[in-house]
Amino acid sequence: MAKTMAEKILSDRSGVDAKAGDLVIAPVDLVFATDSSGPLTIRQLRETGFQGVADPRRTVFFLDHAAPSPRLELSNDHVIVREFVRQSGVPLREVGEGICHQLVAEDYANPGELIVGADSHSVTAGGLGAFATGMGATDVAMVMALGKTWFRVPESIQVVCRGTFGKGVYTKDAILYLIGHIGADGATYQALEFTGETVAAMTVAQRLTLANLSVEAGAKAGICPSDGVTRGFLEARGRGAKYRPLAADAGARYSRVVDIDVSRLEPMVARPHTVDNVAPVRELKGTRVQQVFIGSCTNARLEDLEIAAAILKGKKRHPDTRLIVVPASKETFMQAMKKGYLEIFMEAGGLIAPPGCGACFGGHLGILGDGEVCLSSQNRNFKGRMGNPESFVYLSSPATAAASAIAGEITDPREVL
Amino acid sequence: MIKGRAIKYGDNISTDLIIAGRYFHLRSNFPELKKHALEDADPTFVTRVRSGDFVVGGQNFGLGSSREHAPLVLKLNGVGGILAKSVARIFYRNAINLGLPVLICDTDRINEGDELEVDLAGGTVTDLTNGARLTFGKIPDVMLRILNEGGLIPYVKKYRDIALPS
Ligand code: SF4
Repeated sequence: MAKTMAEKILSDRSGVDAKAGDLVIAPVDLVFATDSSGPLTIRQLRETGFQGVADPRRTVFFLDHAAPSPRLELSNDHVIVREFVRQSGVPLREVGEGICHQLVAEDYANPGELIVGADSHSVTAGGLGAFATGMGATDVAMVMALGKTWFRVPESIQVVCRGTFGKGVYTKDAILYLIGHIGADGATYQALEFTGETVAAMTVAQRLTLANLSVEAGAKAGICPSDGVTRGFLEARGRGAKYRPLAADAGARYSRVVDIDVSRLEPMVARPHTVDNVAPVRELKGTRVQQVFIGSCTNARLEDLEIAAAILKGKKRHPDTRLIVVPASKETFMQAMKKGYLEIFMEAGGLIAPPGCGACFGGHLGILGDGEVCLSSQNRNFKGRMGNPESFVYLSSPATAAASAIAGEITDPREVL
Repeated sequence: MIKGRAIKYGDNISTDLIIAGRYFHLRSNFPELKKHALEDADPTFVTRVRSGDFVVGGQNFGLGSSREHAPLVLKLNGVGGILAKSVARIFYRNAINLGLPVLICDTDRINEGDELEVDLAGGTVTDLTNGARLTFGKIPDVMLRILNEGGLIPYVKKYRDIALPS
């Protein structure tokens, strides 16, 4: 039977010839939790009577959401996680090392693997050809305890991207366009499978952005093929031996096929308070912005910072607009430092916060005031997302964010490129 | 049969609306955390919810973060189940894992404050106030088994394994 990428990975890992709609039990190659989900995960694990995990080498914890901790309650949550990893021999990525999904891509995820994280954006690793999905604390606790879990093999929507991006238009614009097109529940219970010449030409960083936002259309996984680009990434990171190709079979069955000609796209924004509330940047022109955030597991990788730095070089942020930049990981931070991007941001009047989730979820490092507007390179703009239900969050590419920081209002990056 | 009143909301009740990120620091403090359930959608929710009430939503209920604290704070407030036209996948799985039934049905016919009666085995919801009878989508067998054990924790405690119904 011709298979989708989702069917291939779940069949391979479960050892059952599975098709969409089937339930399978499969061993999980990597399971992780964060300081956000970790304390409840650990509580549920202990509640069930398990003191440790099935395989510490396939398990990892990240302290990334409150990094470093802004409050004693969160510091105590960190203590819970640190004590657990010490007892159970599980590796811990400490405060300041970076966002879980970025570190999973940098150090753990491989094509064809089955990955479960206690965070909805665990889908990000699909950019490397993994079947990666988010689950809640109890599910993840049981994966840690048993080394496996149940999956319903999802139907897949094939997203075929053709053409080359025009100046000022990026992967983020394409995926926002897609979410606007199919809706925030357009892929619920399904996998998004990205393919076509545009995806083949994308870097791993760009593919991670595609996969990351899949969950904003409700998807269980967002998967990119594994190819020469994937191999190059893995080799550069010392994991060349983990490379294996992945592509859907010709004739695989999809619930829907969506074609996107990226050469016809323009810069997009998602307006408050849903990610599918998408419009071209030009329609929002003139919207005043008090804060620009370039960060998160969506768009804070080195190439994102490079794009933003190219726009901000020699410029100043608007006096009424704060600019907060948070590199996705310590490695990204150090590379951006060496390449001079951080200096450019600071000379432009921006500030750099430590690697981690930063302002993204509204816990610290950039909470908005009443009535304030933030333009962010992140993935979510729900009411209250950046800490204040009386504020407004718009989402865009790093380029649109950078151009808007200079103008103090939402601005098409093509005007400054 | 489970009976309770409907507390009704619209589409797109996100996990941020159910429990906001600004209460992140209370995540390990359930008695405090539960006071903020649904606060950004309806500040009156926690004062008016009664044990056994159903939270009724529209499309895409529970979208967003994987935070299990979202179904957890509903459960801690005594909510007996969730009814919606469609439910985001992680929320669905999380709620069932906590032993909280999630029923997919046409909630347009339910009004705020209506008395509801749910027949889990029979797959029906009866609105005792207006007489409407709704059928809800089948809960997958594996989830029904988890639900019948009271959630995933009691399930795994009992079986020490996870298996598919044969
Ligand atoms: S950066 Fe934002 S979306 Fe990504 S894991 Fe952190 S809080 Fe979640």
